[in-house]
Amino acid sequence: MKSKISIQNLNLSIGKNQILKNINLDIPENQVTIILGPSGCGKTTLLKCLNRLIDLEENVTITGSIFLDNEDILHTKSDLPGIRKKMGLLSQRPYPLPMNIYDNIAYGLRINGIHNKHIIRESVEHNLKQVNLWDEVQHRLKEPASRLSIGQQQRLCLARGLAVKPEIILADEPTSALDPLSSTAIEKKFVELKEEYTLVMVTHILRQARRIADYVVFMYLGEIVEHGTADEFFNHPKQEKTKAYLEGIFN
Amino acid sequence: MQISIALIVLVLSLIVFSIFYRGLPSLTWEMVSQTPKGGYYFGKEGGVLNAIIGSLYLAFGATILALVMGLPVAMLMNIHLRKFKKLVNGVRFLLDLLWGVPSIVYGAFGFSVMIFFGVKTSLLAGIITVSLFILPIMIRAIDEVVRNVPVGLLEASMSLGSNKSQTAFMVYVRQCSSAIVTAIMISFGRAIGDAASVLFTTGYTDSIPTSVMQPSATLPLSIFFQLSSPIQEVQNRAYASAAILTIIILIISVLSRVISNKYNKNKIS
Repeated sequence: MKSKISIQNLNLSIGKNQILKNINLDIPENQVTIILGPSGCGKTTLLKCLNRLIDLEENVTITGSIFLDNEDILHTKSDLPGIRKKMGLLSQRPYPLPMNIYDNIAYGLRINGIHNKHIIRESVEHNLKQVNLWDEVQHRLKEPASRLSIGQQQRLCLARGLAVKPEIILADEPTSALDPLSSTAIEKKFVELKEEYTLVMVTHILRQARRIADYVVFMYLGEIVEHGTADEFFNHPKQEKTKAYLEGIFN
Repeated sequence: MQISIALIVLVLSLIVFSIFYRGLPSLTWEMVSQTPKGGYYFGKEGGVLNAIIGSLYLAFGATILALVMGLPVAMLMNIHLRKFKKLVNGVRFLLDLLWGVPSIVYGAFGFSVMIFFGVKTSLLAGIITVSLFILPIMIRAIDEVVRNVPVGLLEASMSLGSNKSQTAFMVYVRQCSSAIVTAIMISFGRAIGDAASVLFTTGYTDSIPTSVMQPSATLPLSIFFQLSSPIQEVQNRAYASAAILTIIILIISVLSRVISNKYNKNKIS
């Protein structure tokens, strides 16, 4: 198992509150890694550290390292947009850009210096097909993205992320605002995508984790309690807390 | 609540009514198509075209200048400096103070700067002074809306690899386009309607300026000079000029509504 991201001794505080405590974790390449845990355990913060969106927050102190392909992205001199570009983000509820469907996908290409209309056109079609949205929107590409349903918007956001050719896809409870059909579509897509991408997904839906996880990380109060392959984690949990969480008697 | 609504409607309609009641009879084609001839201020022939054109030049110039300076500041406060909430709130407080400073103070400030540089009253000096006067209004009007843009949109744009400035001008500007149009409209209204800040800086002349270094007439000052006249006919022309000013502002408001509705359709909720 080759690891794509390696987190070492990561500590994070916001003001005087320590949010993440001594996180050590290797995230395997080309697998779906699920981060589980109750609300407020630091899952989302951990995700934000990976693409350094945590930089947008106030009063944050971080120590430790996060290695992405042997580059420490917490202490790097290379440019942040370049690092963020390597990681597509799917948030809790979709945030399409305030432009039409076509431009939503073209935006990422244009800011990265691609202006050839032919290439953009192909990328839009290819990526919309990737997320099974092409058939639904091919005749209304010039319509505002905000007119799509939430489920369609979330798939559009995934397509938009894929268009800039990331290596990793980060997802923060990406199905929590979606109807069951759209959720299933996203889940299926994730399983397909692991051929080419490394996926990290935060969720609190245990059944979803069972369905798609290859590797599971369980967090509680800012610490990693247990992590291991899906089989190990669900069938032979080692920690008492994990057992309790899996049985649903956790509080 | 009904009483206050009634009161507001009553006062507003009284103002508009009195302007049009006294102004409309004098509002001839001559008023809007000619500059003042000799003896205009004694009730002879001529119009206030000089003031109409001057005011439009001044207001457009100042609004564009304030937008060019203000839009980046509003974006900077909410995107680049979002980690420095205390600093940004301090800036907001200062801007609110500046918003409240009377325009005559801006006029005096502009005048003293002009003296320092040895510049005479001119359209350019007026445009710069008025743009400073409407700048706090412009920034705060845009800022109030930009600060409520969901952080998810910022994160979405950044995670695609855009930097903060690209996010500001390609994503936020679209999301806030209707607010920006409103800010432009409010600023334009203030710019075209203000007399005190242009009194020392733009001066007054009976001809239409042909360069930014020439002085220029403005409608508010034109109204002021005509209203100070003891001659009834000239006073009525002051009301006609006020009616012209009101109509210009009305047209700008309607236009901006149309434009902002056009650009609002892409906004995400």
